[in-house]
Amino acid sequence: MQSLNNSNLLSLAIWLPIVFGVLVLAFGRDSRPGFTRVLTLVGSLVSLAVTIPLITGFDNAHHGMQFAESHEWIAAFNIVYKLGIDGLSLWFVPLTAFITVIVVISAWQVIETRIAQYMGSFLLLSGLMIGVFCAMDGLLFYFFFEATLIPMFIIIGVFGGPNRVYAAFKFFLYTFMGSLLTLIAIIYLYNRSGGSFDILTWQALPLTMNEQVLIFIAFLMAFAVKVPMWPVHTWLPDAHVEAPTGGSVVLAAIMLKLGGYGFLRFSLPIAPDASHYLAGFMITLSLVAVIYIGLVALVQKDMKKLVAYSSIAHMGFVTLGFFLFNTISVEGGLVQMISHGFISGAMFLAIGVLYDRVHSREIAAYGGVVNRMPKFAAFVVLFSMANCGLPATSGFVGEFMVIMGAVKANFWLGLLAATALILGAAYSLWMVKRVIFGKIANHHVAELSDINGREFFMFVVLAIGVMVMGLYPAPFTDTMQVSVADLLQHVSISKLPQ
Amino acid sequence: MTNLAGAAATNLGPVHAEVFLLVAASAILLIDMFSKDDKRMLTYVLSLLTLVGCAIFTWADYSAGTTAYTFYNMYVSDPMGNLLKLFTYLAVGVSLVYSRQYTGQRGMTSGNLGGEYYVLSLFALLGQMIMISGNNMLSLYLGLELMSLATYALVALRRDHAMSTEAAMKYFILGALSSGFLLYGISMIYGATGSLDLVQIFSVVNSHTANPNILVFGVVFIVAGLAFKLGVVPFHMWVPDVYQGSPTAVTLLLGGAPKLAAFAMTLRILVEGLLPLAFDWQMMLMVLAVLSLAIGNLTAIAQTNIKRMLAYSTIAQMGFVLLGLLSGIVATPTGGSAEGAAAAYSSAMYYSITYVLTTLGSFGLIMMLSRSGFEAEELADFKGMAKRSPWFAVVMTVLMFSLAGVPPMMGFMAKWSVLQAVTHSHQLWLAVLAVLFSLIGAFYYLRVVKTMWFDEAVDATPISTPLDMQLVLSINGIAVVAMGMMPGWLLNACTNAMSKTLGS
Repeated sequence: MQSLNNSNLLSLAIWLPIVFGVLVLAFGRDSRPGFTRVLTLVGSLVSLAVTIPLITGFDNAHHGMQFAESHEWIAAFNIVYKLGIDGLSLWFVPLTAFITVIVVISAWQVIETRIAQYMGSFLLLSGLMIGVFCAMDGLLFYFFFEATLIPMFIIIGVFGGPNRVYAAFKFFLYTFMGSLLTLIAIIYLYNRSGGSFDILTWQALPLTMNEQVLIFIAFLMAFAVKVPMWPVHTWLPDAHVEAPTGGSVVLAAIMLKLGGYGFLRFSLPIAPDASHYLAGFMITLSLVAVIYIGLVALVQKDMKKLVAYSSIAHMGFVTLGFFLFNTISVEGGLVQMISHGFISGAMFLAIGVLYDRVHSREIAAYGGVVNRMPKFAAFVVLFSMANCGLPATSGFVGEFMVIMGAVKANFWLGLLAATALILGAAYSLWMVKRVIFGKIANHHVAELSDINGREFFMFVVLAIGVMVMGLYPAPFTDTMQVSVADLLQHVSISKLPQ
Repeated sequence: MTNLAGAAATNLGPVHAEVFLLVAASAILLIDMFSKDDKRMLTYVLSLLTLVGCAIFTWADYSAGTTAYTFYNMYVSDPMGNLLKLFTYLAVGVSLVYSRQYTGQRGMTSGNLGGEYYVLSLFALLGQMIMISGNNMLSLYLGLELMSLATYALVALRRDHAMSTEAAMKYFILGALSSGFLLYGISMIYGATGSLDLVQIFSVVNSHTANPNILVFGVVFIVAGLAFKLGVVPFHMWVPDVYQGSPTAVTLLLGGAPKLAAFAMTLRILVEGLLPLAFDWQMMLMVLAVLSLAIGNLTAIAQTNIKRMLAYSTIAQMGFVLLGLLSGIVATPTGGSAEGAAAAYSSAMYYSITYVLTTLGSFGLIMMLSRSGFEAEELADFKGMAKRSPWFAVVMTVLMFSLAGVPPMMGFMAKWSVLQAVTHSHQLWLAVLAVLFSLIGAFYYLRVVKTMWFDEAVDATPISTPLDMQLVLSINGIAVVAMGMMPGWLLNACTNAMSKTLGS
């Protein structure tokens, strides 16, 4: 269906940022900051540009993988460099490239030492994460999935806050633990399928209930940590608080989605019977995340921690949607993931803007910011409204679809899920009230200057994303429809050997 | 076999490389006597040229892909041996490049010591080649002793240095003890089978005519002796002390190439000779492997001396090699396939080669940070390396992530291929245990990365390194990434060599 000349677009989307990242690391110097920054910006823009044809060339009605590529990689073990995207993964590729551009812009004046290491790490990270979304070979997926840990570890550890070493280690070891068990599941599937790493082959492989449950749990170890689901979420608040702004943005906007995406690509289709069998368990964990973590967010004193907990609650919505197994809820979960990419990214950027000026993330250190930063306040109010799911913003679409799906499945489930809207409104708006509105709290706030052109630009772009997705979500849902329907049909058929 | 042995009795073809090395090493010893240069440049260059010469001979045999026996079947040149020898030359050569400045600054190549560092390294290499190629218990043992004697002397090279002398003493006594174990085991096997030839031992054991009690007794002692040489728990006590106490240049020579030789010797004795007793030795290796993974990884966490930490890491890594070795044949009544066996042994071989390449770089970097009168042995000496020398901090980071088994480094593919072999032999619990211990292992490798990148430098002395060392270190680092991303050819080479060797 695709013409030959754009058949290696996915490879370009993966390797361009990596190549630019290596170039930035090799030639970027603190002694020539301008060159380093411009090189990074060019790299991120070029990388974004190559993902545009993916959206325009995507065929909504097509079943299966598009822009597929396949090359022999390690012949001895039948490992194939196999890429492809469908409706489940399409939007994450441009989203990743887009967020990277935003991160580069956000760091423009803020990072003044070891610029090349900061910028280069984000470019590498961008390519590796796109690789995760595109990989259609199990080992290739794992390759990218694990490799993302290295740049993130460096970003948190080098550029983070006072407790950064602890946070970086916690981040690395938590995720490493989960993925090592996944590695065993991947090897097991390889042996079981007679020597294939092809994810589509695995999806068609009949497995006994016992095997399915074990494989499901092994994958759950990796993806639950990444999402993160309660109770393995504790690394996220630490990582967010300590990470530099860009690190938090990428972590919340993209990295958490690797876990959610993993559920759709591996857990559900490879172990459908186990997914149904354990759906109650997964839904319970998701609801705990939505309600309990929502309450935890309410009492946070640190803005970054608050948004971090709100991320966990929102991702709880995503996993809830996936395990209800109806079209609208799964699509809702996907929409929620993309929307959360914009909103959480924007929220962390906003906190970064304040932190750059006052060097505090404590809510109590602020008050009356609107008096000094009116433009900034307008954006913060918009993004906070989106965070609590106000209609006409992207936050609403996903949550509404998931709640609809939940009500369809069970009224009480829907009711519990809907409490998230109330909690979300409570913690988001209460924070806005304390930070943005009121009287000017202290002389730090009194000395604040409003956002400059660079900051204005990145907020505007994100705001457009949030509004467009909220007002006209059809382009997003249309691309997902066929793939989600295929997935659900696949999941509804038992794989147990007869 | 008998007519082949008769024909091969006087054939020197398979030992060209060994003969060349022996002649060249002796010649270098003589030439060095007349050298007045304290830095021994001539000896250094001649040693490297010797290695190149050996590599040419071995490469010719390797690319022919044949198996040839000589000296009445006591010696064999086969693809597996030749591949391992090529990497052994590489390891020794790289070690010599890394240690040139280090040994020069510490007076290890001047005064009445002369160029013996180089000559002893070459004799140790000769011993390793015999360990790799021996096809008879006696020739294997002689190779082991030749290597050991040369390395005892190397560890003791700095006679006036208390730590070195102590390390040499420990190494010598425990080494002699383990040789005794091995010899005792060999004599048991000889008593039961009436032969020292691996092929004949195999056929006698396979025919079930030998006394099984004496055989198992012999296997226990042989495994203990080999475990000493590989440095796996509970026969690991010498490893941390010797690694820490030896001059780093010698640690590199001990921690690199000899591991390949010890692996080859283990494979020759256990697989080529005693395969019918696999059920027994696999159980022993399993215990050794699990203990090594546990104690190696847990103890490494507590270390502040980076050489000692890497010593414990070696113990854990050797546990992984054993995991590959013990997955060759499924320990069930039905047995396993020959194909699966070759895959498992080649995964262990690939792991050993990966480990050696990574270790070379890590110790090379420790030597790079050292300078005259200062040993960069503490973890804290790596503080702020990212600022002092960003490129070499990247190289060290790559090596540490490789040891931890994170993609895209070579170490990931090695871990993966061993885990694949373990899972293939239906020992899922062993694979789970192995990854859990690698998780613990990741902590101390990460700590090195943390020290280099997150901590501020305490020592701002510029790092001065000779160009050849910089170049080789850079290639070493790049190779670990490149061979992690493109592991196909080496995996293939290992699998082909192993199946050819086991098939013949």
